[in-house]
Amino acid sequence: MYRYDEFDHDFVQARVAEFSDQVQRRLAGEITEDQFRPLRLMNGVYLQLHAYMLRIAVPYGTLNSKQLRMLGHIARKYDKGYGHFTTRQNIQFNWPALSDIPAILADLASVEMHAIQTSGNCIRNVTADHFAGAAADEVADPRPYAEILRQWSSVHPEFSFLPRKFKIAVTGAERDRAAIQTHDIGLHLKRNAAGELGFAVYIGGGQGRTPMVAKKIRDFLPEADLLSYCTAILRVYNLYGRRDNKYKARIKILVHETGVEEITRQVEAEWQELKDAELKLPEADIRAIDAYFAPPQLSDRPEGDETVKLARLDSKRFSDWLDQNVVTHRHPDYAAMTISLKGIGEVPGDASDSQMEAVADIAEKYAFDELRVSHEQNLILPHVARADLKAVYDALVDIGLATANSNLISDIISCPGLDYCALATARSIPIAQEISRRFASLERQREIGELKLKISGCINACGHHHVGHIGILGVEKKGAELYQVTLGGSADENTSVGEIIGRGFSSEEITDAIEQIVETYLGLRLDPQEKFIDAYRRVGPAPFKEALYAGEAKAA
Amino acid sequence: MKVLTANRLTDGIAVWYADGGWADIVDNAEIAHDKATEDRLEAIGAAAYAGNEVVDVNLIDVSVVDGVVEPVRLREKIRAAGPTIRHDLGKQAARAA
Repeated sequence: MYRYDEFDHDFVQARVAEFSDQVQRRLAGEITEDQFRPLRLMNGVYLQLHAYMLRIAVPYGTLNSKQLRMLGHIARKYDKGYGHFTTRQNIQFNWPALSDIPAILADLASVEMHAIQTSGNCIRNVTADHFAGAAADEVADPRPYAEILRQWSSVHPEFSFLPRKFKIAVTGAERDRAAIQTHDIGLHLKRNAAGELGFAVYIGGGQGRTPMVAKKIRDFLPEADLLSYCTAILRVYNLYGRRDNKYKARIKILVHETGVEEITRQVEAEWQELKDAELKLPEADIRAIDAYFAPPQLSDRPEGDETVKLARLDSKRFSDWLDQNVVTHRHPDYAAMTISLKGIGEVPGDASDSQMEAVADIAEKYAFDELRVSHEQNLILPHVARADLKAVYDALVDIGLATANSNLISDIISCPGLDYCALATARSIPIAQEISRRFASLERQREIGELKLKISGCINACGHHHVGHIGILGVEKKGAELYQVTLGGSADENTSVGEIIGRGFSSEEITDAIEQIVETYLGLRLDPQEKFIDAYRRVGPAPFKEALYAGEAKAA
Repeated sequence: MKVLTANRLTDGIAVWYADGGWADIVDNAEIAHDKATEDRLEAIGAAAYAGNEVVDVNLIDVSVVDGVVEPVRLREKIRAAGPTIRHDLGKQAARAA
């Protein structure tokens, strides 16, 4: 994985010193809140309902054991013993004192981490496929390009005060696990007919109050042109993106209002000016960054087949977990696995200090010291020998993180909602917990099959509800929480925005409504292989509306 | 009926104005029953903000239940108690102890 060079170390240390000074001056009353707010936001410090919140960047979701251990340490020493992994592959702490933040940032810097550009109208943490470097279906590891983008975008003088925040995601496989079409820029790394690496480029995707699926503006951009092309996009956006209305300031609105053809023309024209200048990536530089992401030496471990076979016979629970949370690795003796942070009835994405430390130990012992945070709020061990799967499973059981539910209905994305967030209009976590408990039976979840359920506690859509197969949006209506349901959203290579199915449900009704939707699907699917999303796309909303609301119509 | 609330500058913890200072709990917050008191509380909040004691200062609606001040909106109820999903955190934790 990437290691800081001297420049990175100096840069992060300088920022820690600068922000520490700003915090000291704020606490001493030398600068006002109005002056301080933009400074703290540039360093990931928000003010939420109960306290400050610190959002720490996990670049493209990649961590080593030492870093995760440090996050556990911060949770214990400065916070309340836990952290919350987010849909930008970051982590948030919910209770840090402002006066402790300089010390937290110094601790983070000691393990090559920081909170820079995790907020504000700048280019945010670049996200990537959480199975990058391990997935069997990958063309190439997308993370070197995410790292190149990180270096280019960090305190970029031209792009530090954009009309609005800007999010980039990269995937290296046909199967999109990074939700690239919901991003301001989505990059799909692929090879052309000549075998050269490049990107399909999408722009203008996003969620929030105006959800839009990104538009492809280029089918193949040579890898050397990554920065010049992204600069061209950002320039057009920075120049023409709206600054008069926060709700119309994202690039998706510009793309929509300008039209894909015209904005593509503008980007291409700008690019012509840039493409052969200093932003062209030298082959040697790309390969140098690539080298940081060289996969670990995976020696053959052919005994894995037999070990797994015997362990399966020995334990049905292990067998279930294997079927659900373990995926194929490009090396046949290895596997990539999801550590679910979605235990039944637990808070999606939360991990305790001791869980973080224990997972770090597991990664160090069995997974080449590598970990990932997924945008679905789980942790990933990308490289584990199949021969070690049972040992890893047993270690996860010991810390309560062996829930077998990856991609099932209880693997819910949920924003913090009104339990923490100052912007939220309704709670999300208790709804996630109740649905998780209702569908606790693994047998029942597996019968339902792949189902992505996503919950947001306000229209900003941090919980990705627009692209959930089932999406739930919590709003406030007449002083009470009301939950609106959308169906048919998806965040993969066939991205779609869900459709509102009808009137909303109270917090007491919503879990029943979800169950009714699921039962309706089970009743109409062609066979158990037809997934919820495929069935919905085949039949449309009518049968679901009928199931949810027909009684009312008749009563009325 | 309104009370004055804010978050403390140093640690961000939610506080309410009571007995001439900022209290960690809402229970005994000073209630404004009329516009004049609201204005006075607002001025106190503005001064505390300017004096770098607190941030995010607001007047919020409350009612009195069994002699104790209770916020009206769910958002403010949660601020006054803590996350509804973790009773070991926030103000409610101390209350339970």
